[in-house]
Amino acid sequence: MAKITFDGIEVEVPDGTTILNAARKIGGSVVPPAMCYYTPLKGSGGKCRACLVRVAAGSAKDPRPMPKLVASCITTVQDGMVVENTTSQQVMDVRKGIVEMLLINHPLDCPVCDQAGECDLQNFAYEHGVSTTRYEEERRTFEKIDIGPYVQLHMTRCILCYRCVYTADQLTDGRVHGVLGRGDASEIGTYIENTISNDFSGNVIDVCPVGALTDKTFRFKQRVWFTKPVNAHRDCGHEKCTGHVTLWYKGKDVLRVTARKDEYGEVKEWICNECRFEKKETSDWTIEGPAHIDRSSVISANHYELPVINPQVIADLPESTVRELERNPPLKLGGPSGNSF
Amino acid sequence: MGRKLLTEHVNVEGIETFAVYRKHGGYRAVEKALKMTPEEVVEEVKKSGLRGRGGAGFPTGLKWSFLAKPEGVPRYLVCNADESEPGTFKDRYLMSKLPHLLIEGMIAGSYALGARTSYIYIRGELLYVLRILEKAIAEAYAAGFLGENIQGSGYSLDLHVHPGGGAYICGEETALLESLEGKRGNPRNKPPFPAVQGLYARPTVVNNVESIAAVVPILNMGGDEYAKIGVGKSTGTKLFSACGHLNKPGIYELELGVPVEEFIYSDEYCGGIWKGRELKAVVAGGSSVPILPKELILKTAAGENRLMTYESLSDGGFVTGTMLGSGGFIAMDETTCIVKNTWNFSRFYHHESCGQCSPCREGTGWLEKVLHRLEHGHGSMHDIDLVVSVAKQIEGNTICPLGEAAAWPVAAAVRHFRDEFEWHVTHPKEATQPGAVYRGNLVMA
Repeated sequence: MAKITFDGIEVEVPDGTTILNAARKIGGSVVPPAMCYYTPLKGSGGKCRACLVRVAAGSAKDPRPMPKLVASCITTVQDGMVVENTTSQQVMDVRKGIVEMLLINHPLDCPVCDQAGECDLQNFAYEHGVSTTRYEEERRTFEKIDIGPYVQLHMTRCILCYRCVYTADQLTDGRVHGVLGRGDASEIGTYIENTISNDFSGNVIDVCPVGALTDKTFRFKQRVWFTKPVNAHRDCGHEKCTGHVTLWYKGKDVLRVTARKDEYGEVKEWICNECRFEKKETSDWTIEGPAHIDRSSVISANHYELPVINPQVIADLPESTVRELERNPPLKLGGPSGNSF
Repeated sequence: MGRKLLTEHVNVEGIETFAVYRKHGGYRAVEKALKMTPEEVVEEVKKSGLRGRGGAGFPTGLKWSFLAKPEGVPRYLVCNADESEPGTFKDRYLMSKLPHLLIEGMIAGSYALGARTSYIYIRGELLYVLRILEKAIAEAYAAGFLGENIQGSGYSLDLHVHPGGGAYICGEETALLESLEGKRGNPRNKPPFPAVQGLYARPTVVNNVESIAAVVPILNMGGDEYAKIGVGKSTGTKLFSACGHLNKPGIYELELGVPVEEFIYSDEYCGGIWKGRELKAVVAGGSSVPILPKELILKTAAGENRLMTYESLSDGGFVTGTMLGSGGFIAMDETTCIVKNTWNFSRFYHHESCGQCSPCREGTGWLEKVLHRLEHGHGSMHDIDLVVSVAKQIEGNTICPLGEAAAWPVAAAVRHFRDEFEWHVTHPKEATQPGAVYRGNLVMA
């Protein structure tokens, strides 16, 4: 076990845990944002640089600070480590810079984007970005390519997090899409136009942090914040699919089926394409009840709640920190955050 | 002229063949090394104080001693011959003229590290050098210096040359390893470092061509003797590839510690600035190190003579200093437009960014576009601050050092030549004339 101090809050985690996951154990507003890291996908992370934090002391043995900011999603904790996230002005400034970098070539077509409302980039920019731009040049665009009947690829929106590449590698046999080109001309694509067709291809929609990969069967149907999420399951015959999903209702109609996600937008159980794209009748499903919405910005609009810091951690908080939190509670959107760690 | 340890026999007819190379004392270092224990060889390199010749200047002996040595797991030595930094062309020269020197160094190095298979990763464009190396390797196999049981010592080594696709990023050690494994050349996140998990997730040492070649003279003359050459912690000799507006550009092997002024103006070396012009600025170690104006490259801020050593060139940090880098010495005369030069460098980094992490992917393109605007007379004063700010947002926040390599030259150019950038904003018409250059208040057409 390693004991670390994250933004002044002490937390104990098993050895080998990353700083980000240690922060998620604390929960609340101290958790660094993550645009490319995805817990269920091995090897993901380290690319978007959104989760950079300052390590003020490397470990109890070697308390020197680390010279550069480190990506918290891939850096493992050491006993006695002191990490600064929201308490470091440098980290906040760099994060502002990362938002800017991610947005300069982003089309900002949120008004017509199906991802709007549950978009990680939207949340990230809302929390850390500025409302003006310094970028006057033409934005990068790509030729549209068709990757099959279910998934819509919108390359101009992509932030190259590589999540969909890892998903295809780790969930399916024979990945047909990947990153082509280099630098700011890199794009997600299939080498010599190809259709992504396998039973689990729909999961790339769920892992995509932005609107680059969206559901063709849900395209332009409804803004997500007007739909009501309901947990449901069915007896899916597929060996790898458990059939546990979230249905998104508008009135009586099931507009969309997605996998269930935790408060950090990470899929809990992967689902097959049949469940996702073919079963859009209430009669196909056994309804469990309303799904809880965490974190996501506008779906549960106006439901402001205080950040929930893990009670076990609160017991260890210094009194001054508790007083400070009471006096100046950071606002957070969404419902009470369940601890998913 | 100082001693030459690497290029002593470079002009001997047929030195690229095994027979001639052997006649001139070649492969003595291997014979000597095979009689020592691997630890003694590493110790010898440590004693020599040899610092990495690829750019970062990390002590080679120390790097070797960091190599993890778990039982029953293969280890690798990989030679980084992906030399693509603008202004640097020393490794190409060394490999095409003295292929056996590199091979000899690879054998001695692999023996010291306990590697049974070693690789030379060569830049894809250098196909003719690849052929030279392959021929030399075949000769070394035939002479019993490679393959099973080298010279009856019981030590076996296989050496392979692998050409890359010609990407600058593959000169970054972890991107090189990815590329060598047959994957896309994206740098890896560190840690784990290659010394623990490198090629095929095995302990690996990646060294520059010149570092590996320098092991040969170190073993021949002994580490202590080698350490006596040079100044302070900059020991031995180093190849410099001088280019730009010089009377005698080319490759020079220098004992570290030659004054910069002597290197530029002495007839023994570069012979001064061409056409009798004035020196304006120098990029001392390949395009990624900060540019320095004449006053600061010849003398440090404290007024001391600047020497061609790791310490002296970096004296003053990045405010008034630069870096020795890879030894790509680019001299610019008074007719050079710094804005155009900076734009050109950043165009290179924009083209060569791998696109994996966001600050570098987006930032290098942004820098290039704004500098293009400034150079072509469409910029504003605000743009000058903008490029500095964008460079700062890239620097230190990326996975690999390419981000820094793109940011440093821009930040340094604005730091030292801000008035020239401002002139491009205030006098767009004059600045866009062909060949127009800012010289104080004078405009030279």
